[in-house]
This record gives sequence, structure tokens and C-alpha cells, in this order.
Amino acid sequence: MNEPLFVDAASGSARRQYPGRPSAVYLMGTCLVDGFYADAGLDAIRLLQAEGLEVIFPQSQTCCGQPAYNSGYDDEARRVARQQLQAFAADIPLVVMMGSCTGMMIKEYPQLFAGQPEEQQALDLAARTFELGEFLVNVLQLHTRLAEAQDQSAMRLALHVSCSSRRSLGVAEDHQTLMQNLPGVHLVEPQRASECCGFGGTFAVKQADISATMAADKASAIADTGAQRLVSADCGCLMNISGTMKKQGKGIASQHLASLLYQRLHGQGGQA
Amino acid sequence: MSTQTREQMQQQLDQEQHDFSDMQSRHFSVRARMALENEALRKSFRGASDFLMNKRRSVFSDDNALQSLRDRGEAIRQYSLSKLPQLLETLEKNLTANGIQVHWAETATEACEIIHGILADNNARTVVKGKSMVTEEIELNHYLEEKGIECLESDMGEYLVQLAGETPSHIIMPAIHKNTAQIARLMHGRAQSSSGEPVPYTEDVDELIGNARAILREKFEKADAGISGVNMAVANTGTLCLVENEGNGRMTTTVPDLHIAVTGIEKVVEDFSHVPELLTLLTRSATGQKISTYFNMISAPRKAGELDGPQQVHLVLVDNGRSKIFSHPTLKPTLQCIRCGACMNHCPVYARIGGHAYGSTYPGPIGQVVTPQIGGLEKHGDMVSACSLNGACGEACPVRIPLPALIRELRHEANRIPTRDDSAVSGQGVKRSASEALIWRGWALAHSSPWLFRTMMWLLTRSRPLFRTALVTRLLSPWTDSRTTPLPQTKTLHELARAHGVASELKSHNETGAQR
Ligand code: SF4
Repeated sequence: MNEPLFVDAASGSARRQYPGRPSAVYLMGTCLVDGFYADAGLDAIRLLQAEGLEVIFPQSQTCCGQPAYNSGYDDEARRVARQQLQAFAADIPLVVMMGSCTGMMIKEYPQLFAGQPEEQQALDLAARTFELGEFLVNVLQLHTRLAEAQDQSAMRLALHVSCSSRRSLGVAEDHQTLMQNLPGVHLVEPQRASECCGFGGTFAVKQADISATMAADKASAIADTGAQRLVSADCGCLMNISGTMKKQGKGIASQHLASLLYQRLHGQGGQA
Repeated sequence: MSTQTREQMQQQLDQEQHDFSDMQSRHFSVRARMALENEALRKSFRGASDFLMNKRRSVFSDDNALQSLRDRGEAIRQYSLSKLPQLLETLEKNLTANGIQVHWAETATEACEIIHGILADNNARTVVKGKSMVTEEIELNHYLEEKGIECLESDMGEYLVQLAGETPSHIIMPAIHKNTAQIARLMHGRAQSSSGEPVPYTEDVDELIGNARAILREKFEKADAGISGVNMAVANTGTLCLVENEGNGRMTTTVPDLHIAVTGIEKVVEDFSHVPELLTLLTRSATGQKISTYFNMISAPRKAGELDGPQQVHLVLVDNGRSKIFSHPTLKPTLQCIRCGACMNHCPVYARIGGHAYGSTYPGPIGQVVTPQIGGLEKHGDMVSACSLNGACGEACPVRIPLPALIRELRHEANRIPTRDDSAVSGQGVKRSASEALIWRGWALAHSSPWLFRTMMWLLTRSRPLFRTALVTRLLSPWTDSRTTPLPQTKTLHELARAHGVASELKSHNETGAQR
């Protein structure tokens, strides 16, 4: 070989650098949480407040823009993304309640705004954006304090980590760590745990038959574990899997990771 | 043993072949549904995917080593592509010096014509073929058969697929959609020895392979020409590398007097020092093998005094849309592919619908990326929606092709207002519908205006009772066909945050952020 082939050390799975504990954070609920999982949003707020953080919830936040982006409508996605750049403008960490939206903001915003006036803003936001579970473990070290949880009752729990959290963000382990350190929780692993549940946003509508088949397989795998509860930090997956399970008549309780954590830690919450 | 007579088997095979052609003539979503409804097929693919994923995992037990090997694979492929025009020139020069004749084909038809021309010049009437996806891409068998030339596939999987009158359903394991009973029926019903005798019925895998081998062995001896693919073409030495497991590749390229190798122009690498890492990645990613049974390096025709090898070796370099991919600003990584098939083995959609549902030579994630670029979005635009963007393919790809990002990019190409620039994918904008574009415009408006968004979400939560009605359930079809109707909560998170006194803005900028 005549010239050396340089390998980019930053590519692949290098872990990102985490800041120290901040005094204030933004919380992004996401559009799905806003309409369908608002109580989980409130639990996330209380959870962060109980950690001594000031939580800022900009009333001007809407949606990350992912539905349009994944459907190939880039201009429309950019327009909505621009609104989030404004809503979360101050230089404090942004904690997002869904993995796929976090992935959109960290990985796709810089692409979406490349060569645009907002490019630097997008890069800055990406650098201070964290998925909720990732933030709880790596910035707040919450997993080291779960032994004090108020509710330690025995529970068989299935955890579903979204594909974005697992592959795009690489934070599946953080979610697992949190659940494993909850006293009383017996974490079960469904068959093919890392396989997609079939949600995929507009995929579930555009390729409804394929999506439904994937969801049915995922629902069966979770039901087969005998878990009493399903938990996930992605409401798209939750809605897909729990909706399928209920339709199949083997519905088990399901909730957002933030709600489970707040309930177990502080013995309350789970509703507005 | 089967309870069917040979005639009954043949009738069933004819019916299956008819069903296959019928399926291929349908629209993507229909093909997908037909595949989903076929229990046996789904079982075959699920089993194959699980098996191959486990095999791959077992040879890549050290994740750090795997990731750095993938870095190397990506770097080698990107480096090769960065010098592609130059490397192709070097390759031609060195192959020619070695006595291998080089031909360039811009389109699929041109490639078929060139190959037919070489065969005709040598009066070749019978051809044995080694496994080659590019010859599937250019539909060579069909072309040559119309010219009266017999083409026999010699890879076991390809042979079965050809017997069945189908096309491969996987780029590495072409007959993966067939179970043993189906193969037994196929061999007994359609395979013949040279004297026209049917082969005895058996479901024993070793016997089945033995029967096919006996037939193929004879064909190798008699064939006028061998046609093969190429896995890597080394520019600096003028060497064609061929990876295979059955030995049929070696037979194809050494027994007949004439060998024609066919490859896409992207398969060139600069130097032999690049080969070992790509080879390691290829066999481990494809079949979980540390090394394939055979690795052929073809560097010249038979030389004076040598006892075997073809008298003539030709290489046909096929473009067929690759130059266009090469000059596309974001889709270029498509050409990094080394055709290992790992992306399809790891794809949850492929595991459920199988290869034929894609209706293209290349199925699965790489198929969804390469097919619309070669064949146009007009014909292959639907397959790009058959992806949940879960990322399993990108994670498995040994050369780090960002497959999900490329699939998303193709959705953008399909839905955007056509730009008419030269690098535009054929059929750009073909999926753009006025109504869908309008919906997204409205969506963007509602989600870029905070008060409009809050009003909309307020309305959503206040219409909660409606979500318990059959009307809404019906409106939310197809989501609700297999899921219960989602129920909005009574208040939005925006409202709850306000009610609980959560600040909407950061008061003092200086205090905060300081600890970061
Ligand atoms: S895209 Fe990657 S994983 Fe898929 S066949 Fe090509 S090299 Fe293999």
C-alpha cells in the first residue's frame, strides 16, 4: 500500500464525554409524551427535581421533527427542528424523554443544518443533549443511589430498549443498569430482545402488515417471560407493543421508565 | 419417503413456479403480504436469520477487535473508491499484461452482448456458471438462453433456484427459502442425469448434494465456457479473487477452455495488502466462517507447459449505474459493499418477508439501497418504505455502510421536488403526491408554531372520550387493526408543567451552565 489508511478513532462506539452535575436542565417531553404520556413527563420532571435540579420546560417546545425527516420531507423537518433550536437555546443540558427523538437531535440535526445559518447552533445543541436514562446514569449516577428506593416490592419486569437508544445512542446498558439496581425488581430478558418492535414511525402505517407482524412477535416474546410489567423509555415502542398485547388479550401493565423510577424511588407518582 | 408420485411432484413444482411468477408480477405490498401469510416461508427465513446471526456472533466474540476491523474495512473500501478511476486503469493495464482480456460494459444489455460476443467467437454452446450476483443483475442467463446457449448454474443453491425456475432469495444463500422436503421434491421431479434419467427421491441432505454433484461433474467436463463473478480485483497485480465454499468456482474457472469473469466496477482494490482484512470480514460476516473453503486467485490464462487452466480469460467490468452512484454526494457509500449479506441476515423485515418480496436481484437493506439507484425509483420506489430504520443492518455491515441513513436519503429523493441535476437518482420525486406533501406542510406549520401546537394537543386531550368510540378506532386503521386504540391523557404535559409551576425559561444565565 502506498499511502497509509487513516482510521477515524472517533467512529464506532467511543463513549461520549459527560459534564458534571448541572444546576438546571431543560426537559423535552416530545409530542408523543405531550398527548399520550403526560403523566410520565411529570414523573420525569419530579424525578429530576428530587435530584436537586432546576427543571426548565419551555412552553415553546413541540416535536423534534423526526416524522417528516424519516419520511424524506427534509424542509418540513428543518422547519420544526428550527423551533426546537430556539426553544432550547440557553447553554444548559437538554434531557429528552425518548431515545429516537434524542437520536434525531444529536445525530441528525447537525446533518439537517449543515451549511445553514443554524449549523453551529445545531452542533452545540447536539453536544448538550442527553437521553433520559443516559443522563440519569452518566451525569447524575442515579443507579448508585437506588438502594434507598421506598418501594422495594417484588416485581417481574421486562425492559424494552428502543433501537435508537440501543444502536444510534448506545445507551441500552444504562437502561439495564438502572433496572438491575432497583431493589425488588427481577429483570427478565425476552427472546430476541434487541430486535425492533416494528414501530418505526410512519413505517407502521406505510407497511402496516410487516409492522403488525413484528409487533406481534415482540408482544409474544414479552408475554412469554411472564413479566408483570413492561417498561421502556420510548413511548412509540410502548404504544406499539402494549397496544398489540392488549389486542391479543395478554396485556400487562406498561409504563415509561421515568414513571417506574419515580414510583419506586419516592413511593408515589405514576399519575398526574 | 414421500407419498407423492413423480408426476404429482412435477405438477406441484409447476404450480409453485407459476405462483412464483405470479407473485413477482404483483405490487410490493402485495408481495410482502403474500410472504407474511406463507408460514413455511417465514419459518425458513426466521430460522436462517437466527442461525446466521449466531454464527457471525460466534466468530466475532471480541467486540473491540470487531469494531477496529470494521474501521479498517471501511477505510480500505473508501480508499479504493477515492481512487476508483485510477485503480480501474491500473487494473486493466496489469490484467492485460497478464494475458487477461478486459471489456467495459456501460449497461446490463451491453454486458450481455459482450459476453455473448466472446462465447460466439469461440463457438461456445454450453456454459457452466459459478455463483455471481452481477450476472443475476444483468439477467445473463435469460439473455444467453434466448440466443440458444445453455447456461447451467453450478453453485448448489443457484442450481436449485434455476431448477425451480425462480430467482435467488439471498445474495449468499440463494435457495435459503426452500426447506429439505421442497428440495427433495425438486431434485426428484426435475433434475436429470445426462442420459435423461431422473434422480432417486431422497430427503437425505448428503445424498441430495451427491446427486447434484454427479450431474454437475459431467457438465463441467463438457462445458465450452465457464462464467464466474469476482469478489475482489487487485489492481497492482492484476489478480481476480474469488471466494467460495463448494469448489464449483474453481471448476468453473479452470476446467473449460474459456473463462469469462464478470464484475461491477466497484470491486477493485489497490493492493494485495488490502485483501486479507476484507476477506476476513467477508467470510465471517456472511457465514460465520473464519475462512471460506476455497479462495481462488486468478492471474492469467494457462501458460505454456501448464497442465490445466483455461486458454482464455476475460474480465467484463460492468457499470450499470455505478458511475452515477459514484458521483452522488451522499449515496456514494453504497459502492463500499462487499456483498456479504449480513445486512439481510440481521434485518427484521427481511426475516419476515424473505428475499423474493423485494422483487429485485438484491434484497434486504443493501437491496433497498442499490436497487432503486440501478433500476430507478419509478420501479423500485416502494421498497424504501419497508424499513423501520432500526439500524440492525448498519450495525452488522462489515464496511460500515450507513444503510439506514441511505434508505432515508432515498425516501427524500423519492419525495422531493425533482432537481434535475445529473447526480439525481432516476425517478427522483416520483413518490411525491400533492396530498401527502400538503399533509406534511400542514404538519410542519402546526409543529413550528408553539401556540398552534399547544392548541392542537389541548384539543387532542379534550377529545379523549372520542378515542373510546368505534369511529376513531376505524379512523386510526391500519394502526388499530392489530393494536388497541391509544388513549390520550386528560391534560397535556405543557399544561401539567405550567400547573406545577415548572419554569418555561431559564431566569439567570450566569448561575447555570457554569458547572458544565
Ligand atoms: S451492505 Fe454491508 S452488510 Fe450488506 S451486503 Fe454489503 S457489505 Fe454486507
